[in-house]
Amino acid sequence: MSAATPSTTPPTTPAAATSTGRPRTGGGLRLGRFRDLTLVPVIVVLLVVGAFVDPVFLTVGNLTNVLQQQSALALVVLAEAMILIAGKFDLSLESTVGMAPAITVLVIPATTGQGAGSAGLLAIPLCLLIGAAIGAFNGFLILKFQLSAFVVTLAMLIVVHGLHLGLTGGKSLFELPESIIYLGGATWLGVPASIWIAGVLFAAGIVGLGYFKAGRALYAIGGNADAARAAGVRVDRVLWTVFIIGGALAALAGVLETGRLGGISANQGVGWIFMVFAAAVIGGVSMDGGKGTILGALTGVLVIGLVENVLTLKGVPGEWKQLVYGGIILVALMISRIAGGKAQD
Amino acid sequence: MSVHVEARNVTKRFGPTVALNGAGIAIAEGETHALLGRNGAGKSTLVSILTGLQAPDEGEVLFSGEAAPALADRDAWRRRVACVYQKSTIIPTLTVAENLYLNRHQTSGRLIRWGALRRSARELLDRYSVDVDASALAGDLGVEQRQLVEIARALSFGARFIILDEPTAQLDGPAIERLFERMRALREQGVTMMYISHHLDEVYEICQSVTVFRDARHVVTRPVSELPHDELVAAMTGEAATAYQARSRTPGTSVAISATGLSLRDRYQDVALEVRAGELVGLAGSGSSGKVGLAETLVGLRRADTGTIVINGTAVKPGDVPSALGAGLGFVPQDRHHEGFVPLLSIAENATMPIAHKLGRFGTVFPSRRRARAVQMIEDLDIKTEGPDQPVGDLSGGNAQKVVLARALSDSPAALVVINPTAGVDVKAKQSLLGAVEDAVERGAGAVLVSDELDDLRICDRVLVMFHGRVVKDVPRGWSDPELVAVMEGMEE
Repeated sequence: MSAATPSTTPPTTPAAATSTGRPRTGGGLRLGRFRDLTLVPVIVVLLVVGAFVDPVFLTVGNLTNVLQQQSALALVVLAEAMILIAGKFDLSLESTVGMAPAITVLVIPATTGQGAGSAGLLAIPLCLLIGAAIGAFNGFLILKFQLSAFVVTLAMLIVVHGLHLGLTGGKSLFELPESIIYLGGATWLGVPASIWIAGVLFAAGIVGLGYFKAGRALYAIGGNADAARAAGVRVDRVLWTVFIIGGALAALAGVLETGRLGGISANQGVGWIFMVFAAAVIGGVSMDGGKGTILGALTGVLVIGLVENVLTLKGVPGEWKQLVYGGIILVALMISRIAGGKAQD
Repeated sequence: MSVHVEARNVTKRFGPTVALNGAGIAIAEGETHALLGRNGAGKSTLVSILTGLQAPDEGEVLFSGEAAPALADRDAWRRRVACVYQKSTIIPTLTVAENLYLNRHQTSGRLIRWGALRRSARELLDRYSVDVDASALAGDLGVEQRQLVEIARALSFGARFIILDEPTAQLDGPAIERLFERMRALREQGVTMMYISHHLDEVYEICQSVTVFRDARHVVTRPVSELPHDELVAAMTGEAATAYQARSRTPGTSVAISATGLSLRDRYQDVALEVRAGELVGLAGSGSSGKVGLAETLVGLRRADTGTIVINGTAVKPGDVPSALGAGLGFVPQDRHHEGFVPLLSIAENATMPIAHKLGRFGTVFPSRRRARAVQMIEDLDIKTEGPDQPVGDLSGGNAQKVVLARALSDSPAALVVINPTAGVDVKAKQSLLGAVEDAVERGAGAVLVSDELDDLRICDRVLVMFHGRVVKDVPRGWSDPELVAVMEGMEE
């Protein structure tokens, strides 16, 4: 009657004896890995097409440029991918991209003339904190108030952007303190800092969601929240954390974008959310939750970035860009759907 | 024999409803104990209290004489009791291995060791002889395999007491046999089980004792051998049991449904059938016999590769539900939750969906007419509800199924196809559902009844038995269970 085993370790019998059953291994997993990478052929096609379009395309300088331009968007995709995998939504991320750095800039120079001195070091933490607070508030409304994530974050998209417009008077902010511009413009070891940052965070995301219990909990919650709860996952706590991390990532994206452009326009981040969803979904992240990987989302970002770059190099007139852009996203979706085999949901 | 699990004087209220009223159960060590009761008798509430998902308002739960652990201590609960719930607790988007070790992954430091996890998942599956690939996606598994994975996971926590909540509801005959085989093996190893089912014959086959709940109260506990079928039904319903009496009738001459040369790859081959008006034809066979596929083809949910279907004299367009409905067909689909009703819409709207065009002109629907029709249907089929405006999602299984049947019957169909109408519904609802089908046939419909339940098929004038995609025998009324099962299992030509 007292078959008590510690629950965190494998159950009942020691996992020593048998080493049988090895022949059944492998196949499924390798296939699973492959499913993340259905966009790789698309990326290859884009690289080939790009090389034909313009010889400049395949240069290190141009590709670095593509990566740097996409690094801010990539961070928002990372945030959204985690939230989508957990089966939720956050539309308000795009507004955070503009609002968090804007508020930071409004506060910092007021306390420390042009951000010099020790208070300047607080600029980025403050910005991240603002993003995290927005995420926490979203989480509060969705989890404690039990509102629909879609509608809550849609409203928050408007509220946060409204706050941005109201506080800045709708004007663009220039002559920003160095502390907030630095990351978006700096170069570390010959590579822009923003690429390093996005790279490290994506690596952390891949490891976190692939190899940590908390990360796997996201998949469990997105796949079947009741089952996750029955398995002892603290569903609300995990979701709340994800919303907070998502908000902070969006704020960091805002910092990178601000530094890259050297100013904060009233429209920073506006309209991003469509690209973010497109990148995540082409990358294999399911809108229904529980499915997709961070690596897949990254390939989605790369596709979007390469398409944009090819269009620019080709000199497609601005008015037609949108159309071509949207069309290419649809084609990418179809290719990944066919390569992935299964119906998309 | 010592008592392994006991619930004493348990009362649980949800707002104004009393789900359990001083009820209790005592399960002896090593026995398989059935818990029976009609929908709403309090079985599910007892399950959630015994598994520690909810605390009772009054009363106590004891495991081997000791008080149950605190509600928050999930691990302690899981070492004492495991449950295979009615609703699957498998996460379809994750692999089998990860499902088995959800939230208790093997880790070194904090990193998950996937290799070790897969290895111990395979060992776990081997130990319980579950033939499932540990690295397969759980969503790709069939119902039976998924259930086996759940059982293996439940046992892996070290619990010696398992609750099986309607495990057979979605399994076919041979799969149920295999499940029982497994349950017997577990019992020999000394595992105590509580078994919930609507199928009384299963209780007699697999259980040693039975407890009956009715209206949130405990009614009786006795060894199954001392509680004959009629008394058991009486305990559940609170009235003397009347076994369902199939009626006899003479089929008409006109043909309601006819099919010739139907074939669908991997489902069935070269099937011909003819159902006359006023005739009720059963379709029997195992899960792989193709009976459901055939019935779904008749109603247009599937498109046959070859062959023609004529309903009520009209050749219908293959694979087209509106065409079949237009020809005068009504049908009850296999999975009522998927294809049977829209849970958020009211009874009235669900039941009158096919006849909406008759309730008003130019696409309008008069709510008053719809209501009137719905009230009539509620009365005809004895649907237990607050009224026609109640959403179908709020109804119990049996009553929701009645709404689905009401929808099928709403246009006085000339042809009727009914698939597994009594799955997951209780004794009384079963009787009124079968009665309603027979009524429709008496009014002149030609009907096909597909069922996994031999009892349902008893109301049929004849039963077509399918085996591996072919109709192998046409059995007239008056068959015996072993006779029909033998044909279904392909033991007879």
